[in-house]
Amino acid sequence: MLSILTIIWALIVGIIVLGFIAASAMFLIWWERKVSAHIQSRYGPMRVGWHGVLQSVADAVKLLLKENIIPAEADKLVWWLAPFIAIVPPVMAFVVLPFGKNLIVKDLNVGVLYLMALSSVSVIGIFMAGWGSNNKYSLIGGMRSAAQIISYELPLIISMIIVAMQAGSLSMQKIVLAQAGCWNILHPNMAMAFIVYIIAATAEINRVPFDIPEAESELVAGFHTEYSGMKFAMFFIGEYTNLFIISAIAATLFFGGWQGPILPGVVWFLIKSYGIVFVLMWVRWTFPRLRVDQLMGFAWKILTPISFVNLAITGWLLLK
Amino acid sequence: MDATQTKEMYTEEFLINMGPQHPSTHGVLSLELKLDGETIRNCTPHIGYLHRSMEKIAENRTFTQFIPFTDRLDYVASMNNNLGYVMAVEKLLNLEISERAKYIRVIIAELNRIASHLIATGTFAQDLGAFATPLFYCFREREKIVEIFDQICGNRLTYNYMRIGGVLADLSGEIIEKIKEFIEYMRPKVDDYDELITYNVIFLARSKHIGVLSKEMAINYSVTGPNLRGSGVKWDLRKDEPYLVYDKLEFDIPVGENGDAWDRYKVRIEEMRQSLRIIEQAIESLPQGEVTVRVGRILKPSASETYFRTENPRGELGFYIVGDGSVYPYRLKIRSPSFSNLAVLPELVKGIKVADIVCVLGSFDVLMGEIDR
Repeated sequence: MLSILTIIWALIVGIIVLGFIAASAMFLIWWERKVSAHIQSRYGPMRVGWHGVLQSVADAVKLLLKENIIPAEADKLVWWLAPFIAIVPPVMAFVVLPFGKNLIVKDLNVGVLYLMALSSVSVIGIFMAGWGSNNKYSLIGGMRSAAQIISYELPLIISMIIVAMQAGSLSMQKIVLAQAGCWNILHPNMAMAFIVYIIAATAEINRVPFDIPEAESELVAGFHTEYSGMKFAMFFIGEYTNLFIISAIAATLFFGGWQGPILPGVVWFLIKSYGIVFVLMWVRWTFPRLRVDQLMGFAWKILTPISFVNLAITGWLLLK
Repeated sequence: MDATQTKEMYTEEFLINMGPQHPSTHGVLSLELKLDGETIRNCTPHIGYLHRSMEKIAENRTFTQFIPFTDRLDYVASMNNNLGYVMAVEKLLNLEISERAKYIRVIIAELNRIASHLIATGTFAQDLGAFATPLFYCFREREKIVEIFDQICGNRLTYNYMRIGGVLADLSGEIIEKIKEFIEYMRPKVDDYDELITYNVIFLARSKHIGVLSKEMAINYSVTGPNLRGSGVKWDLRKDEPYLVYDKLEFDIPVGENGDAWDRYKVRIEEMRQSLRIIEQAIESLPQGEVTVRVGRILKPSASETYFRTENPRGELGFYIVGDGSVYPYRLKIRSPSFSNLAVLPELVKGIKVADIVCVLGSFDVLMGEIDR
């Protein structure tokens, strides 16, 4: 009996999480289009619903109805699997995101480690897409992506470790509770860790100024050049879910998570997360793109040393 | 990665066809790239996808009939192309036009130069990955110019405004007010571009010391226009071979220092400022009078030949016309600036990254319409 109840409960939670992911991705796509439009002195989508809010729904329907073209020379198995592998890690990451005091799927005691592991998996999907398409542009995109994500993994992980050290736990809820008095961002070493985190995370999800894997002006569309219809949509949803996740992690690790006065925790959590999302969108529509070697140089020569020094300083502060 | 490092790490070379359908080849240019990883070993441009036999068509059209065809050469700066052609014909006919028409031509040509440089700036920033925002800003400003042109000749892209012996229509007071408003509007916008793009750290990192074109090489390949001036050669036909009333107007010729992509971009930004100065002065001293001189309906130049060149936004545009005493030219040769400018590209891109070829190409601001003719 108990096991059946557990399964039903797991299904309900799964449906809620998937529903949130779909809704959030659609909202973010619409919002990104609106933000970019207003930055560029135009309106963006206006026709479908109030100020085009339903535009993403219309696009999703369009993508569902599209023909699924498989390139003749593609490595079919790899090509088919790639979008699924790209979208599963971001979905899995929702397990440890603390939306509220009790609103968390499962507060794993290795939450932060779990997130680090997942962020490494998503690169495999991108690389498979680049390889499986059998297209030179896609291949270059996939290779760039692999190199980039591996390089930026290090500063990303170290900045997350700094937070875990301060809280004394890898559990996301304990990290939030450790910030009850004072948000992490208010400590100078944590603020530095946040800057490193947000730069590395932007690179991790391939957004401007680190969008070289899909650099439109160079590689047409990079690793997803050959994908159409729902397969393309899966990459797209994965990308926007990742955008939400890195912002949510930043909100949890550095901005006190769901904690805040008056409003309920989940509202605070969403306000903080979408606030960081907005900053990332702002950056995207303002900056040019770095070149691949400059990107690598930046990761290894600047970000990684900074995060190691920061790690040492934090350790010293804790032992003092 | 410099050359010594690449020697140790050498991968199998592979060919990649960049274009003719590619977001940043500015039209239907096709580049055949031989890549070693991301490093370019060789680059061969293939042109001809937009060839329309303009020069042959000209042999079967009267001199007046060919004016609309010149619109389609450099369709971003149609007015300047019109101007170059009609002035070549006027030189062939020994025709002197009225003073007011000369000033109007200068105003219009400089407005179109700004419009053209705006597109060059926007697309260059776009090529470097500043997705769409600078492009939209540039198009917003260009829209104002296009509206003015729409009002004076009824077209937004291919104007057909310059005529042999003058211009199509006089500038009304309303249009002059609009142009004055535009100058006031445009000045702070150019400063905005400096803030948004020119001195952006990433932009500098991407365009400084990339695609360095030396003075000697620029001259040897007969590179002209902002690309030549970006390499530090002070050569501008408006100053060195003044036509129309450019010798009566005050303006500077901006030049670059290193000849890299950033310098070429910067020269264009500065030229926009100078063009605004020119327009302002020309409007101040715009004389009254007719805008066209009467020319016969049938133009029959004597059997002679002439060459006339003007400073286009992209460089020197030359028209070589041979007349044989009939109403048609015997031969009409167009010297288009982009064609010569593109020729130097393969020399500049050897050994740089794929991302940089987009940067170099964007900084050259080539336009396929006039390369293929």
